[in-house]
Amino acid sequence: MTVTHMPHSDAELGSLSGSPRRLRREAIIKQVLFGAAIFSVVVSFLIVYALLSEAWIFMRDIDWSTTWGQIGWFPRRGIYDVPTLLVATFWVTIVAMVVATPLGLGAAVYLAEYARPGVRKILKPILEILAGIPSVVLGFFALLWIAPNVVANLGGEGGRGSILAAGIGVGILTIPLIASISEDAMKAVPDALREASAGMGARKVTTVLRVVLPAAISGLAAAMIVAVSRAMGETMVVFMAGGAADAAIFTSSPYDGSLTMTAAMASLASGTDNVVGEGLTFQSLFFVGLLLFLITLALNMLANFFVRRIREQY
Amino acid sequence: MENVVSEQQSKSPDTGTDTRRAEGPKVEGDVVFALSNVNVFYGAFRAVRDVNLQIHEQEITAFIGPSGCGKTTVLRCLNRMNDLIAIARVEGDLRYHGMDLYANGVDAVEVRRRIGMVFQKPNPFPKSIYDNVAYGPRITGMVKKKKGGDLDDIVENALRKAAIWDEAKDRLDSSALGMSGGQQQRLCIARAIATNPDVLLMDEPCSALDPIATAHIEDLMQQIKSEYSIVIVTHNMQQAARVSDRTAFFSVEVNPDSDTRTGVLVEYDHTDRIFSNPADPRTESYVTGRFG
Ligand SMILES: Nc1ncnc2c1ncn2[C@@H]1O[C@H](COP(=O)(O)OP(=O)(O)OP(=O)(O)O)[C@@H](O)[C@H]1O
Ligand SMILES: [Mg+2]
Repeated sequence: MTVTHMPHSDAELGSLSGSPRRLRREAIIKQVLFGAAIFSVVVSFLIVYALLSEAWIFMRDIDWSTTWGQIGWFPRRGIYDVPTLLVATFWVTIVAMVVATPLGLGAAVYLAEYARPGVRKILKPILEILAGIPSVVLGFFALLWIAPNVVANLGGEGGRGSILAAGIGVGILTIPLIASISEDAMKAVPDALREASAGMGARKVTTVLRVVLPAAISGLAAAMIVAVSRAMGETMVVFMAGGAADAAIFTSSPYDGSLTMTAAMASLASGTDNVVGEGLTFQSLFFVGLLLFLITLALNMLANFFVRRIREQY
Repeated sequence: MENVVSEQQSKSPDTGTDTRRAEGPKVEGDVVFALSNVNVFYGAFRAVRDVNLQIHEQEITAFIGPSGCGKTTVLRCLNRMNDLIAIARVEGDLRYHGMDLYANGVDAVEVRRRIGMVFQKPNPFPKSIYDNVAYGPRITGMVKKKKGGDLDDIVENALRKAAIWDEAKDRLDSSALGMSGGQQQRLCIARAIATNPDVLLMDEPCSALDPIATAHIEDLMQQIKSEYSIVIVTHNMQQAARVSDRTAFFSVEVNPDSDTRTGVLVEYDHTDRIFSNPADPRTESYVTGRFG
């Protein structure tokens, strides 16, 4: 392009190339941000590597026939009964979901479909506060309030922690998560469908049950899956209120105390003895960690799949 | 496939006789809706002022007028859809077969079961074609069984009336979202007439459709108008002239004091009069295209 006819001096036109200082600053910012991104990726890989390398030693050296059918999980004595942890984890998750699903879903339906804007403006932040309660506080609450007041009334012992008490505590912790993901899923359902249903002479509850919830189903499924993986990964509540210290006898009853995968890891790692014990005690911690990691990874992938499906639907 | 009903069976249920209307002999041209001094507000904003209008049975009534003049607003008063908008408020007297639509104790849900609606944008449920049409009969308890038998007949009948049966009969169990826009709109009409309403309100039902699909729907309106009273909002003047018996022309009045725009009913008459010999000059300039 010729600019000779323009009444500008060369100096003015030169400014089009931009200030070199600003360009350099731009480049530095970009590099710093890139570094931050790379750093987090590298750290993640290192964690997985550490997990894998120690877990690998366990898997290589353990006599696999001793990982099930034993009396319980006594890692410092070399007794690694994995089903003890799996069953406890299963129960905590089930109890948590039984508590959190109706309450979380109910709250979501109320917020998305019924609450007037003013009410919503008050309720949503309260729900977010619940999400922000430190789990150590909830663990305490589960042990000192849920156990004597709820578990005792459900036929359990109120004076100590149990899988049931821990499960209820984890459930309460999970409510806001289910509520917020489910609410988003319902909000994504177009109003045109609600109008279509109302125009057919449907009552509000009919519209919610027959149109909104089915249309939001993949988001709701995602909410459930994320909640399950959150419940399985929750540590502090089960550690405090689960009713077992550093070892647990196998039990299939949620009224007993036991160790979930997370609680087993926490209790093993919380001493000052650098996890000494028989042979593979230290490595068993990593093995359980790997197991948990794989389960939650699979669940999160499943949840992502469902979330992607709602995006494609409308 | 169990949903498909044989030809012989399909003619048996006579959805043309409506038990709700069957009491007493029908007088041709009975008034379905009588509106007197109807005003509609959105918050403090008066969207429509002093509408007086009588809509007749077994006729097609068209609402025409420039954008924002309140056609949709008035239409949605007729089946109390405006109740869904928190800030909307309706004043005045609206009678449906002589009954006050907005009286205390009138259940909007009952109103909408008698007065069906088709929206501007096709809005089928993300369900199968069959379940879309069966939705109304199921929720209103029209059928005892939730599947098969009577319901199959109702679904087939509605789809036939909406001129979509041939395109839908082999895919009743596939998703309605897989249909074209025109098919979806006819499905929405089928869904609306499956509950056998007394009145069908249609808000620009053809605005998203091509001329062929539009022609389908206009034919369909002609075919079903002996059974339903139809009110249609349209921007298409030819359409109003082609299909309707009476036409209501709405316009916008700008209030010079407050600079607000209020919809008013300018003229309401038989369609041929509105288009050939309107009484109001505003109507004339609108229908002749001199004013948008
Ligand atoms: N939900 C609402 N909240 C507030 N104002 C509204 C709402 N719906 C409509 N209005 C206002 O009411 C007036 C009439 O709107 P309406 O939708 O009835 O017009 P219309 O004649 O159907 O227009 P169009 O031909 O564009 O569909 C407009 O000024 C519009 O802005
Ligand atoms: Mg409109």
